[in-house]
Amino acid sequence: MEAVGELTTEKSLDSAGAKFIAGGTNLIDLMKENVERPGRLVDINHLPLNTIEEIEDGGLRLDALVSNADTAYHPLVEQRYPLLSQTILAGASPQLRNMATNGGNLFQRTRCYYFYDTAMPCNKREPGQNAGPSGCGAIGGYNRIHAILGTTEGTEDGQSQCIATYPSDMAVALAALEAVIRVTGPNGERTIPIGEFHRLPGQEPQRDNTLEPGEIVTAIDLPAPRFVDNHMYLKLRDRASYAFALVSVAVGLEMEGDVVKDVRIALGGVAHKPWRKPEAEALLVGKTATKENFRPVADSLLEGAVGYGHNTFKIELAHRAIIRALGQAAKLEPTA
Amino acid sequence: MNNVIGKPITRVDGPEKVTGKAKYAAEFNVPDLTYGYVVSSGIAKGKITHIDTTEALALAGVLQVFTHENRPHTAWFDISYKDQDAPAGSPFRPLHNADVTYSGQPIALVVAETFELARYAASLVKVVYDAKPSHTDLEAHLSEARDPQWAPTNFLKPLPPKPRGDSKQAFLDAPVQMAAHYVHGVQHHNPLEMFATMVQYESYGNEDKARLTIYDKTQGAPNSQLYVTQIFGMSSSDVRVVSPYVGGGFGSGLRPQYQLFLAVMAARELKRSVRLTLTRQQMWTFGHRPATVQTVALGASSEGKLTALNHKAIAATSQFEDYTETVVNWSNVLYPCDDVTLEYKLKSLDIYSPLDMRAPGGVTGDHAIESAIDELCYKLGMDPVEFRLKNYSEIDQTDKDKPFSSKELRECFRQGAERFGWDKRNPTPRSMRGEGHNLIGYGMATGIWDASQMPARAEAVLTVNGKLRVSSATADIGTGTYTIMAQIAAETMGMPIEDVIFRLGDTDMPLAPIQGGSWTASTVGSAVKTVCDDLKKTLFKTARKMAGSPLAKAKLEDVLFDDGSIKLKNDPSVAVSFIDIVGQNGGRAISETSTSLPDMLNQKKYSRHTHSAAFVEVQVDEELNTIKVTRAVSAIAGGRILNPRTARSQIIGGMVWGIGSALQEDSAMDHRYGRFMNHNLAEYHVPVFADIHDLDVLFVEEHDEIVNPLGVKGLGEIGLVAMPAAIANAVFHATGKRVYDLPIQLDRLL
Ligand SMILES: Cc1cc2nc3c(=O)[nH]c(=O)nc-3n(C[C@H](O)[C@H](O)[C@H](O)COP(=O)(O)OP(=O)(O)OC[C@H]3O[C@@H](n4cnc5c(N)ncnc54)[C@H](O)[C@@H]3O)c2cc1C
Ligand code: SF4
Repeated sequence: MEAVGELTTEKSLDSAGAKFIAGGTNLIDLMKENVERPGRLVDINHLPLNTIEEIEDGGLRLDALVSNADTAYHPLVEQRYPLLSQTILAGASPQLRNMATNGGNLFQRTRCYYFYDTAMPCNKREPGQNAGPSGCGAIGGYNRIHAILGTTEGTEDGQSQCIATYPSDMAVALAALEAVIRVTGPNGERTIPIGEFHRLPGQEPQRDNTLEPGEIVTAIDLPAPRFVDNHMYLKLRDRASYAFALVSVAVGLEMEGDVVKDVRIALGGVAHKPWRKPEAEALLVGKTATKENFRPVADSLLEGAVGYGHNTFKIELAHRAIIRALGQAAKLEPTA
Repeated sequence: MNNVIGKPITRVDGPEKVTGKAKYAAEFNVPDLTYGYVVSSGIAKGKITHIDTTEALALAGVLQVFTHENRPHTAWFDISYKDQDAPAGSPFRPLHNADVTYSGQPIALVVAETFELARYAASLVKVVYDAKPSHTDLEAHLSEARDPQWAPTNFLKPLPPKPRGDSKQAFLDAPVQMAAHYVHGVQHHNPLEMFATMVQYESYGNEDKARLTIYDKTQGAPNSQLYVTQIFGMSSSDVRVVSPYVGGGFGSGLRPQYQLFLAVMAARELKRSVRLTLTRQQMWTFGHRPATVQTVALGASSEGKLTALNHKAIAATSQFEDYTETVVNWSNVLYPCDDVTLEYKLKSLDIYSPLDMRAPGGVTGDHAIESAIDELCYKLGMDPVEFRLKNYSEIDQTDKDKPFSSKELRECFRQGAERFGWDKRNPTPRSMRGEGHNLIGYGMATGIWDASQMPARAEAVLTVNGKLRVSSATADIGTGTYTIMAQIAAETMGMPIEDVIFRLGDTDMPLAPIQGGSWTASTVGSAVKTVCDDLKKTLFKTARKMAGSPLAKAKLEDVLFDDGSIKLKNDPSVAVSFIDIVGQNGGRAISETSTSLPDMLNQKKYSRHTHSAAFVEVQVDEELNTIKVTRAVSAIAGGRILNPRTARSQIIGGMVWGIGSALQEDSAMDHRYGRFMNHNLAEYHVPVFADIHDLDVLFVEEHDEIVNPLGVKGLGEIGLVAMPAAIANAVFHATGKRVYDLPIQLDRLL
C-alpha cells in the first residue's frame, strides 16, 4: 500500500490531465479517437494490487488490478459469488476480459456515439465552457442505446443535458451484491459504497463518478456471500456475445421455500449508473415468487422512465427482463 | 493421375496466412517511409471557408499538410477518374475544392516521419465551415426519385426491362393479393483489413522521373494502375501495383478508394515513399450498400399461379454519381408472369456513392420478393415450396425469354427440404414451440445470382526445374483463388499440385478483371485452362523435335499429360518428361501467355445463373424477442464444384453474412448531421461465433457447358442471397409478426 500512497501524492498527478492506465482497453480506444487526451499516462500495473483475498466478516477483496477473467474464474468467486462470475462473463470478449482490470471496469466510459465522435456535440466530452461543440447530440439524435432513467433533459442552458448510460456489466452485479469500493488518495484511504460511486449526470455530465482528483481505486470489497442459490444476470443485446447490454438485470434472491425473504435487483443499460431502487425491492419481501408478484416490482423500478425515440423500447423490454430474471433467479424458469 | 479438380484441397496460401508471412498492403516496408493521416470532414454539406494547418506544420517531422488549397494539379476531365467499376457521373476527387459533399469526406492529408506524429498533427488542423443543410434520409425524399443514368456497368448490372402486360389491372383483378414496403438501411463492408496504400517512390533519369511500386488494398491491381496512370498522367511502365493478399473485400475494393489517390499524390509531391492507412472509423467514409425502399404488390389466382408482379425499388445514391445495382429484375427471372412492372429509381443524397457489396442488389431484391411470396403463400394457404414449384421459370422473361444455360433449382428445393426436414413444419404461425418461452419458426427462400464470364489473360511457365508457374493479375480476397487456380493448372497439365504455383495480384502479370460478381473462378479459371492447353501444345511440339523422340510420330490426340510427362495413350510406358523437354529447349524455361474470351455468340443465347434454396430454423423468445438462427441448410446449384472445401467455406461465409444482414448489420445515421454514428465494430454488429449454430451446405449436381469450358459458375455471393428472406420468413412463422424492414433487431418485434 505504501507504493500506492506514494503514487497518489506524486506531484505529477496534479498536472492537468494525468491518467492512470491499467488494461488500457478503454483508455487507449478513447485516446485514438482524441476523446481522452491525457497530458500524462501513469502506468499502475506494477502496483501490488493483484490478489483476491478473504476479508473479515466473511467477505472477499478483489484487488483493482486483477483481470476480469481471473476474477470471474477465481474459485472463491465462482463458489460464493456466482452472480458476479456470470455477469463478468456476459461482458466483452475473452481477449478483452484478459486485459480488462476490475478497477478499469469501474471507470469505463459511456459508449454514446456522440461522446466518441469529436465532430459531434456532447456535454460529457465538452462540458459547457470548453471549446468543442457542446449540447447533447443524442437527444433528438440516434439514441437507441441510451438511458431511460435518471437522465437530465430540458435544463435551461442545454449545456448539462445527458442521457448516456454507464455500460459496465460487472458493476451491475456489484450493485446487487452491495460491494464497497476502496480508494486511496492524497488524503488517505476511504471507502465508497458502490451505489454512491457512480453518479447520475445531474448538472455535471462530465463526471461519471464521485472519485476525487488524484484518488485511485485499490480494491472492491464484497460483503459476506449471499444469493448463491438464487441469482441471475440477464443481458439483452444485439448479438449473442461481444455486445453491450441494451438492458440487463442482476437479481439476487434469498428464498425460504417459495417465499422471498430478501431481494436485490440492479439494472444495467438504462441509466448513468447501475439502477437500484430499494422501495421496489421491498415490494417483494415476504411474498411468494410468482410472476404476478414480480410485476409491481418491475413497475416500480421503471417508474418515471422516459424514452427518447430510438430507445423507447427499452422501457417495455426492461419490464419484461426484470420479470424474467426474477423468475429465473427463483428457478421458476429455465435460464437458457 | 493428377485429377485434383473437385478435390477438397486445403488452401495453398493457408500456411502463409496463419504464420503471418502473407503481407497485406500496409505491411510492406521500405527505407525512409513516411506516413499519412487523413483529416475527415465533420459536416455533410457546405464549404470550407478556412483551413489552418500552421500548428500542424510547425511540428518537427511533419512534412506537409495537403489540402484543396495546395494540392497539385491532376487530370482535368472526369473520364480520367473513371475506374473499371465506375457508375455514371463524376467520380469523387479528393481535395478537389472547398466543397464538402458528404460527412467524413477527406479534407486534408498530413504526412510526417512517423505515424504517431501524423496522427497527432492531424488533430491540430483547424477547419472552419460554412455548413449548409444536408439531406440524407431516403424515406423523406421518396417522391423525388428519378430514373438512373445508364453506364457501361449496366451491361453487367442490367436496369429493369420495360413493363409487360398490365400489372396494375392484373393486381386489381387478382383474387388473392399482397402488397408491402421493405426498408433497408445502409451496410458497410468492413473487411478486417483496413484500406491502405503504400507507395514506394524511386526516381530515375535526372531525378525528375519516378517509378512507383504501389501496394494497395484492392480487388484488382490493374484497376488501381489504370486509375493512377490516368489521373497523374503517368506511363503504365512507371506504375506497378502489387496486391498479393487481401484481408477481405466484399466489394469494397472494387473501386480505388481515396487513400490510393492521396498516397500517390503525396509520394509524387514529396518524392518520398508514403504509407497511408485509413482508420476503422474512416471505413464509413466511402462506399456502402445503399439504403433502399422497395414496394412489392403481387396477385395470384386462387390455385396459386402468379398473375400480377409489381416490384419497385428506390435507392439512395450520392450527388455526384448514379450508383446502380440490379434489385428488382430477379423477381421476374425467378417467377414467370404475364403482367409485370419492374421499376428502379434513384434519389441523390448528401452521401458518398454506394458501392457493390456482396450480392449487390440481389440480396436486397431477394429479401423483398421472397418475403412477399411467403406472405402470398399464407394468403393462398399454400406451402411456399409448392408455390415455387408451381411458378417455376423455364425462361428468363427479363431477358428476351432466353432459356437458362442450366437450372437445377428444383433439385435445390427437393434436397434442401429433405435435409432440413421441411415436412415437419406446421405452417400455422406460433404453432411450433421449443423449451421455455421459445417459439420455433421454419422459413425458406430462393436465391439467385449471375454466372458470368469475362475476358482474362494468364501466363504459364514451365521452369527450368520442371515446375509450373502460372500467373494472372487477378485477386484472392479470401475466396480461394490461389488454390483453385493451382488445381485447374495441375489437372490440365497433368502435374502434381505440389509442382504448381499460382501467382496473382501484380500488374506485371497478364491482365485480369477486378474480382467481383462471382466471376473469378469462371473467368480466370478459363484463362488458366487455356494457357495450360496452349503450353501443352508447345511442350508436345518441342518433345517431338528431340533427337530420337519416342513421340516423333505421335499426334496431340495420341498423347496424355500425366505426372509431369507426355505419354503415349496406348502405351504409357513410352514417355518424355517435362524436365527433358526443358533440356531440349536449351535448359530454358518454356512459357505461354494466352487470352481466354467468353464464347459470347453461344452464351448470349442463354440466361446464366446460379440458384439456391435456403431453409432456416429460428428460435424467438416470445417475451424478450431475442432471435437465434438455430439451424440453416443451403442447397446450391452452382455448376461444377472445383473444390468442395473452399466452395463450402464460401457458402458458409455467405450464410453467416445473411444472418448478420437479416438481424444485425445497420449503419445508423443521424440525419441532422448526415453522419453515420455507430462507426466502429463495437457498435456496428456483425455475427460472432455465439450467433452461429448449425449451418449445412449441399451442392446439387449441375452440368453446364455454356457458362464456360470448365462448367463453373462461381459461389461468392449465392450463399448469402436467400438467407435474409428465409430468416425473416422463419421469424414470421415463429411469431406471427411480419417484419418488413432489415435488420430485425429485437425492438422491431416488440
Ligand atoms: C469492443 C469492446 C466491447 C466491450 N464490451 C463490454 C461489455 O459487453 N461489457 C462490459 O462490461 N464491458 C465491455 N467492454 C469494456 C471493458 O470491460 C473495459 O474496457 C474494461 O473493463 C476497462 O478496464 P481496463 O483495465 O482496460 O481500463 P483502462 O482502459 O486501463 O482504464 C479505463 C479508465 O479507468 C481508469 N483507471 C483504471 N484503473 C484505475 C484505478 N485502479 N483507479 C482509478 N482509475 C483507474 C483509467 O485512468 C481510465 O480512465 C468492452 C470493451 C471493448 C473495447
Ligand atoms: S448523452 Fe451524454 S455522452 Fe451522449 S451526447 Fe449527450 S451529453 Fe454526450
